[in-house]
Amino acid sequence: MLREMRAAVVTFPGINRERDMAIALTRSFGRAPRMIWHRDTDLSGLDLIVIPGGFSYGDYLRCGAMAAHSPVMDAVRAHTARGGYVLGVCNGFQILTEAGMLPGALLRNAGLRFLSSDCHLRVERTDTAFTSHYQRGDIFRAPMAHGDGNYFADDATLDRLEGEGLVAFRYAPPTGNRNGSARDIAGILSPNLRVLGLMPHPEDLVDPLLGGEDGKPLFDSLAATLAA
Amino acid sequence: MTTRPVDAVLAREFGLNAEEYARVLAIMGRTPTLTELGIFSVMWSEHCSYKSSRVWLRELPTRAPWVIHGPGENAGVVDIGDGLAAVFKMESHNHPSFIEPYQGAATGVGGILRDVFTMGARPIANLNALRFGDPGDPRTRRIVDGVVRGIGGYGNCVGVPTVGGEVNFHAAYNGNPLVNAMTVGIAPRDRIFLSAAAGVGNPVVYVGSKTGRDGIHGATMASAAFGEDSAEKRPTVQVGDPFTEKLLIEACLELMATDAIIAIQDMGAAGLTSSSVEMAGKGGVGITLDLDAVPQRERDMTAYEMMLSESQERMLMVLRPDREHVARAVFEKWELDFAVIGRLTNSGRIVVRHQGRIEADIPLAPLADQAPLYHRPTMPPPPPAPCGEVADTVGLEAALVRLLGCPDLCSRAWIWDQYDATVGGQTVKRPGAADAAVVRVEGHARALALTTDCTPRYCAADARAGGAQAVAEAWRNLTAVGARPLAVTDNLNFGNPERPEIMGQFADAIAGMAEACRALDFPVVSGNVSLYNETEGRSVLPTPAIGGLGVLDDAARAVGIALRPGLDLVLLGATAGHLGQSLWLREVAGQEAGPPPPVDLVAERRVGDFVRARILAGTVAACHDVSDGGLLVAVAEMALAGEVGARLLPGPDGLAPHAFWFGEDQGRYVLAVADSAALLAAAAAEGVPARRLGSAGGLDLTLPDGATISLPVLRRRHEQFLPDWLEG
Amino acid sequence: MKAIVTVMLKPGVLDPQGRAIGQALAHLGFAGVGEVRAGKVIELDLAETDPGRARTQAEEMARQLLANTVIESFRVDVA
Repeated sequence: MLREMRAAVVTFPGINRERDMAIALTRSFGRAPRMIWHRDTDLSGLDLIVIPGGFSYGDYLRCGAMAAHSPVMDAVRAHTARGGYVLGVCNGFQILTEAGMLPGALLRNAGLRFLSSDCHLRVERTDTAFTSHYQRGDIFRAPMAHGDGNYFADDATLDRLEGEGLVAFRYAPPTGNRNGSARDIAGILSPNLRVLGLMPHPEDLVDPLLGGEDGKPLFDSLAATLAA
Repeated sequence: MTTRPVDAVLAREFGLNAEEYARVLAIMGRTPTLTELGIFSVMWSEHCSYKSSRVWLRELPTRAPWVIHGPGENAGVVDIGDGLAAVFKMESHNHPSFIEPYQGAATGVGGILRDVFTMGARPIANLNALRFGDPGDPRTRRIVDGVVRGIGGYGNCVGVPTVGGEVNFHAAYNGNPLVNAMTVGIAPRDRIFLSAAAGVGNPVVYVGSKTGRDGIHGATMASAAFGEDSAEKRPTVQVGDPFTEKLLIEACLELMATDAIIAIQDMGAAGLTSSSVEMAGKGGVGITLDLDAVPQRERDMTAYEMMLSESQERMLMVLRPDREHVARAVFEKWELDFAVIGRLTNSGRIVVRHQGRIEADIPLAPLADQAPLYHRPTMPPPPPAPCGEVADTVGLEAALVRLLGCPDLCSRAWIWDQYDATVGGQTVKRPGAADAAVVRVEGHARALALTTDCTPRYCAADARAGGAQAVAEAWRNLTAVGARPLAVTDNLNFGNPERPEIMGQFADAIAGMAEACRALDFPVVSGNVSLYNETEGRSVLPTPAIGGLGVLDDAARAVGIALRPGLDLVLLGATAGHLGQSLWLREVAGQEAGPPPPVDLVAERRVGDFVRARILAGTVAACHDVSDGGLLVAVAEMALAGEVGARLLPGPDGLAPHAFWFGEDQGRYVLAVADSAALLAAAAAEGVPARRLGSAGGLDLTLPDGATISLPVLRRRHEQFLPDWLEG
Repeated sequence: MKAIVTVMLKPGVLDPQGRAIGQALAHLGFAGVGEVRAGKVIELDLAETDPGRARTQAEEMARQLLANTVIESFRVDVA
């Protein structure tokens, strides 16, 4: 008998991909996630918390800076301390770095322009809750849509991320690294492998009608892990 | 603010001519206050009153059984089935986009979004029709860069996908770009919100951003030609805040799910003035406004400034009095200003109070009914001179390469890569993938097909044929994805209406549009007129941009343009080899001459209905209409989209190859099918001209004269121009 | 009193905006411009009247929110 897993999508003012995320989660999980407004801080009983994409607080000051300081983020930290899973996509990834839950920062794209197109991601490890339904070295497509996706960390941090195997996805050919990210990094994991942040949007490619299902294994992986 | 007396001279500076000012005096029975003069000047501006265009707009067909609301509301509303309505409109922000391209374009997107969600619809797609000057003009690069960034900056942030549009370049737009933004939203068909106020005593509520001195007299600026001093008008430019707009969308839709709202209107051009006057006027009631209650961003604002401010992201609502607290709670949740700034009255007047004084007291009925209406003189444009036979001196291959790389035909990827096309998770056909964008309705199988179309060089040569062609091409693009075309929104961009030849173009274009709309059952349900598009006496090309909307009952039936290996290519529709006003003629032969291709509306409909039926029957793998650049360009675009080559057969005897492959005859489609024999037989049975063109496969495009071009070479050529020009 | 917080990318963090400004200046014919760095200035109107305490407050704000010290440094001026 599979356990019923509980996922929630946390939204802040200006978040705009919460519906896309809810659709992707529902597709893989078989039930809709809870939608949580940032002023609600009760995250008890949840297995997975997702911070979706968008422009929280208009990206004013720095992308994700204001959301990272909102009270719900303390609850998200407590959730990870309990061993819960967290997924941050695009603005969600920026919020996680601004909140200090993942290392590094996302700078302006190297070309100084918003980039909206499909990119290709290489799967760096498959023994995680987020990637078990991919094969190592798989290259999959995902739409990206960001102006600040240029991953930056100092060399020591980058060496540590690589040394500890915490790079989840890298930009790969044919589209390659278009935003200038250090060492082609598109997504990283926390040391306990339970927090994933990535810039591209696998949630927008989970339906053959909309161009493919390349992003679906990520959500299937989570569904399988959490149901086990 | 000025302390000058209100008189005919000041009225002139406010854009009211002597006769109009005399009418103001007659209505008021006294000299108006400065605030009153401001209200009259914006309400009677071309932008708000349509005083030059109204008599002609009446000729457009606006009804069909599926039309729920035609022109006159914030946006048009059509029934799309499943109990849902599509709400859509296109609007220009031309003049602001020249003065400050980023903010001009951004606030254009913001304004059209508000027109749509004001009616209760969640915006699901944006498109934009852009016309820029000659790429060689030093100003053009900065304008393109700013406009594209502005559209992206606003649309991406509010989270509405930008899914389509069009771009042209022509020297006639030097110094006067056209930025026409279109938004489409979805609402339950029985929950459409209108702007007519009702209920004497009911509160008038202001929500959204605070009011500053932004854009004062934007509406009159939008109604005046640019002179040398336009650069001095910079301080009137509004600044957009897409973050607040996003909150406003969510707050309004949340409140619209309750029964609190009686009427709602966005504060667009002429802000508080036009919204309050229109709401009260449409409802046949009076209104009092207490400006002391208006949320203000700047100190010491006068009544005049507040009434004329065009600060963005603001709405005006009339609420049920017993629901005021519900509304307040919603707007407080979203951290937006909420203020009761007035009441409805039975006086039939707008009364504006500020700091204990009555700053304006105007009877509403004459303000609307006695607004100027002009039957401006028209001069029929001269018929285009024939261009005669033009010999081909370069051959098919060189011409194709040149055309695919020219500014009007090159890949738009550099532009749409800056627009988020996927947010919302419903974009079935993204920019470049199909003739129309296809966006599914969340939770339904149904999808909308969306396009914007106009070929200004055709309109310049023959406005009537050009007007018809713009409508027909929109209808054709919707058909080419398998959609049933439902209705259009238009954005009529012309020069100075006081010049008879411009009014002649306008009248002719409307006549052509009306004819096509009638023949294709494709009514106009909303739109916008932008006149005085000229700089230093030089007018833009007549540009009646058409935004078309169609519906697919099943999104899975939509087809794109991408070729797949092994398919046969078939041309449907008649080819006469019309080269007048073609891009081949302009780009290869160096002439802008001749009449545009004629539009045969009966054939258009017969061919289109046939194509749609084949697509919906599932027998078509890809479909592309033949438009700018002609047949060979259409085939090359299909090959590039699918990354699959094609081998083409010779054209018909008796038609020069360049005329067959580059002529721009209308009403044609290229279909990629597995079984061309069946298609040819079916076409013959229905009297639709059809011809097999060749077959798809490999990575080269092999022309009928044996020339071979590799797709990577073609792609490089196709994708080179914009990045080289704008990033170089 | 007024505190002015200047936030700059740390040395070593790529600043494409600064580089673009530098290139644009060169195109305009301004010679002799070396490295260009772009940052932001945030003006705070503080109720605090003691300059020392105002500075401490502003520095705390900068550390917590106004600057991301992973990539940015800041300077506070009190006037």
